[in-house]
Amino acid sequence: MAESFRPETPDQLRDAVAWAVAEEIPLEIMCAGSKRSMGRPSNAERRLDVSALRGITLYEPEELVLSAGPGTPLADIEQTLAERRQQLPFEPPDLGPLLGGAAGAGTLGGAIACNLSGPRRLKAGASRDHFLGFSAVSGRGEAFKSGGRVVKNVTGYDLSKLMCGSWGTLGVMTLLTVKVLPAPESIRTVLLFGHGPAEAGAAMTAAMKTPYEVSGVAHLPAGLAAGSAVSHVSGAGRAVTAIRVEGPSPSVAYRCAALRSQLGALVETEELHSRNSVRFWSELRDVSPFAAAGDARCVWRISVPPKSGAQVMQRLIAGTGGEAYLDWGGGLIWLTVDAPVDAMHETVRAAIAAPGGHATLIRAPEPVRAAVPVFQPPEPGVARLLRGVKESFDPRGVLNPGRMYAEL
Amino acid sequence: MKMPEPDAAVIARKDEIAAALRGIVPGEGVIVNDDELRPYESDGLTAYRQPPLIVVLPETTAQVSRILRYCHDNGVKVVPRGAGTSLSGGALPLRDGIVLGLGKFNRILDVDYDNRCAVVQPGVTNLAISNAVGEEGFYYAPDPSSQIACTIGGNIAENSGGVHCLKYGLTTNNVLGLELVLIDGEIVRIGGPHLDAEGYDLLGLLTGSEGLLGVVTEVTVRILPKPETARALLVGFPSSEDAGACVAGVIGAGIIPGGMEMMDRPAIHAAEDFVHAGYPLDVEALLIVELDGPESEVDYLIGRVEEIAKANNAVGLRISQSEEERVRFWAGRKAAFPAVGRISPDYYCMDGTIPRGRLPEVLSRMAALSQQYGLRVANVFHAGDGNLHPLILYDANEPGELEKAEEFGADILRLCVEVGGVLTGEHGVGVEKRDLMPAMFTEADLQQQQRVKCAFDPKSLLNPGKVFPTLHRCAELGRVHIHRGQQRFPDIPRF
Repeated sequence: MAESFRPETPDQLRDAVAWAVAEEIPLEIMCAGSKRSMGRPSNAERRLDVSALRGITLYEPEELVLSAGPGTPLADIEQTLAERRQQLPFEPPDLGPLLGGAAGAGTLGGAIACNLSGPRRLKAGASRDHFLGFSAVSGRGEAFKSGGRVVKNVTGYDLSKLMCGSWGTLGVMTLLTVKVLPAPESIRTVLLFGHGPAEAGAAMTAAMKTPYEVSGVAHLPAGLAAGSAVSHVSGAGRAVTAIRVEGPSPSVAYRCAALRSQLGALVETEELHSRNSVRFWSELRDVSPFAAAGDARCVWRISVPPKSGAQVMQRLIAGTGGEAYLDWGGGLIWLTVDAPVDAMHETVRAAIAAPGGHATLIRAPEPVRAAVPVFQPPEPGVARLLRGVKESFDPRGVLNPGRMYAEL
Repeated sequence: MKMPEPDAAVIARKDEIAAALRGIVPGEGVIVNDDELRPYESDGLTAYRQPPLIVVLPETTAQVSRILRYCHDNGVKVVPRGAGTSLSGGALPLRDGIVLGLGKFNRILDVDYDNRCAVVQPGVTNLAISNAVGEEGFYYAPDPSSQIACTIGGNIAENSGGVHCLKYGLTTNNVLGLELVLIDGEIVRIGGPHLDAEGYDLLGLLTGSEGLLGVVTEVTVRILPKPETARALLVGFPSSEDAGACVAGVIGAGIIPGGMEMMDRPAIHAAEDFVHAGYPLDVEALLIVELDGPESEVDYLIGRVEEIAKANNAVGLRISQSEEERVRFWAGRKAAFPAVGRISPDYYCMDGTIPRGRLPEVLSRMAALSQQYGLRVANVFHAGDGNLHPLILYDANEPGELEKAEEFGADILRLCVEVGGVLTGEHGVGVEKRDLMPAMFTEADLQQQQRVKCAFDPKSLLNPGKVFPTLHRCAELGRVHIHRGQQRFPDIPRF
C-alpha cells in the first residue's frame, strides 16, 4: 500500500510537494478518488490526498461566485447553491456508479481537474468556462495563483484553463473559484419517439438551430431507452430523441410548443415536466445506461462535430457490436464495447478520423488503460507544446506522471 | 514606460532583414520607409508611439510560417497586429522589431450552420462575422464596442468582451478552434467544430495571451441563433447605491439579462448632450437592462425587472415599446466615449473589474481621488459583471496632466484589486498595466506565467515588453530551487 500524505493546510501541502520535488519522488494526486479508475493508472509510490482541504470559503449569490477547497464534495456545493436557487451551470456528471463506485462521492477539485461537463455543456459551456481562478502548488513546490473571483478578467494568462482538465499533472489546487448561475424556474423536455439515427440526427441539428435556447439535446436508441427509470421513456418501446428547455415558466411552455410543432410533425411527441425531466437528464449525464451493476464493458466518450454524431454512432455500433447514445446535439457519443483486451481503440479512433474530434476511454480494466492510449493522441506539434507546458509547471515530473499520457 | 533596450545590431541589419522578408512576401507587403511606417506607430492607446523597424503584411499561413522561422533563426522580435484598436498598447511596435500585420487575412472561409460554427481568417472584423451569418438568423455573440473595426484575431489576443458577455460569455467561451503559427514556424491546429479539445486546454491559454505565444492564422467561432426579440428598460436612480441594489436584485431573482449597463451622472450628461437619447438628467445613476429571448419570456422578465427597479427607488422608468426606441436607449451608452471626448480635450479609459457589491464604495473613493488629482472622471460600467470603465478627463497640452491622469488611473486599478477585483476586465495588460501586475500577482505567480511563455517562445521574440513587468531569461526561470535535507514533514498527517 502506497504511503499517503493528507495535508490539512495549503502550507502543509506545499511542504509535501517541495519534499517530493527535492527527492524526485512522484506523487499520485487524489481527492475523494471517485475517478481513480479513469485515465491512465498511476504508478506513483506515494499519494497526496487533498481531501482535507474542503469547505466553501466564499459564496455570494448576488455576485454569482463560489470558492471552495478541492476536497469539497460536489453534493455539498450543489445543496448550498440549491438553497439560493442557484446551480453549477456545467452540470458536472457523477460517474461513480459508472466506474463501479458509490454515487455522490465526487469533489469540486475532481470535477474541475477532469473538465467534466454534463448535457448543458452545449448551451452553458464546460466546467472550464466557469472556472474563474485558483490557488495551487506547482511541481516546483511553489504556491501560485491565477485568475480571480470576477467573471471578466484578462489580467495575465488564463492559467485556470490549463489547470481545468489537466488531471492533476500541472499543479495541486488548494482553492478554486467558480462562476455559478441561477437555477431555472422551470424545466421541460420534449420527447420525439421512434426516430432512426439519421432522422434523429436531423432533428437534433434542427433543434440546435432554433432560437429556443435548448439546454440539452440527446438521442437514445430503443434498447437503451427501455432501461430508463422515467416511464415515458422506458415505456415508449422505441428510440427517444429528447430536447430540454429551461427558463421562466411562460417561456418554457411557449418554446416546448414551438419545438413540438416544428420537429414533431412526423412522429409522436410527449413532454416531460420538472421531476421526470431532471431524472432523465441525470441518467444521460451520469451515463446510467452503461452503469448497471456488473456491467464491465469498456466505455468511450467521443466528441465529434455535432452534425456527424448520428452517422459516426452508427458506424461505431456496426464496427464494434457495442451500444451507444448521443448527447450534446450529436456532438457527444457514449459508446460501450465488449472488448476487454484492447477496448477496440483502433476501430474507435478510425471512426472519428474523418469528421475530427477525440475519443477518451472512460472505463476499462487497468491493464487496458495502461496499454491503450486513454486520451486522444495529440498531433506532434501539439504534443511538443503539451510537453513544454508540463515542464513549465512540473519539470521533474512529480505530479501525477503518466496519468494523461505516458510521456507527460 | 520602459521598453526593452533596442538591439542596435538588429537595427543596423534593417536592409538585410527587409530583403529577406521580401523574399517571403513579394510585392508591396514589406514596408520600410519612415512615412509609411508612421500609421503603425501606435494602436488605440495613442499615448505611446514607436515606429517599428519594418512592417510585413503576409497573405498566407505559409508566409507567416516562413517569416516567423526567419525571425526565430535571426533573433528578430515580432509584434503581431490586427486592426490596431487595442486600448492597452498590445500592438505597440518595437524599434528593433517587425510588425506582423494580419490585415490581409480578411476572408470568411466557411460557415457551417448545422454545426453552428464559422471558420474565418484572423483579420475579419468582429461585426463582419455577425453580418455574414445574419441573413440565416445567426450572430457571433461577443460584441466589443470597437466591433466595427476590431478583428477576430485581436479579439482572441485580448479575450474581448462586450455588453452581452454576462449572458453569452467572452471570446474564450465562443471560440472552438485555432490554427496557430509558432515562433519557429511550426503550424499547429487546436480544436475544431467539436467541443473540448483534449490534452491541456491550449485554446483557453491562447485566448487572452496578447500575442506573446504565437500568431493565429485561422479561427473557428461558435455562432448562435439570434434571439427572437429584445427589449430594454431605461431606469434612473437617485444614487449609485440604489442602482447597485437593483442590479443585485435582478441577479438575485435569477434573471441574467442580455445586457445590463450603468452610467454615472457625468457620463449621463455627456451622452445626453451628444446624442439626445432622452436620458433623465436629474439622477445620479442610469441603468439600461436588456432582456432577449422569445417574446413571452421578454415580456415576463421586463415586468419582474420593473418591479425590482421600483422597489429600489427607480425614477423615470421607461420600457422600450419598439425596436427603434430600444436602439435609442442604447445610443447614448454606445456613444459614451466620444461623448466624453466632446467635453474634454483628452480622456483616458480604464478597465478594472470589481465584485459588483463594492460599487458604491469604489465610486465614492474614486470621487475622492478625482478631487485629489483635480481631474474629472465619468463612469460607464458593465454592471452585470462588475467591469468598470472610468474615463479620466484631462488635457494633454497642459504639462504634467497626462502623467497625472496615468497616476490617477493606476490608483483606480489598485483600488479595484484591493476590493477583490482585477486590473483589466477586457482591454488587456499590454504595456499600459504591465507595471501594475505586482499589485495583483506575486513574483511566483508571474514567474509561472512566464515559464508558460517559455514553452512557446524560449527566445522571447514574440511581443516582448508586454504583460510582464520584469523580463526573465527562460534558462533562469527553468531552474528548480531545491531545499535538500529537509525533515520529512512530520506534521503532515500520513497514512
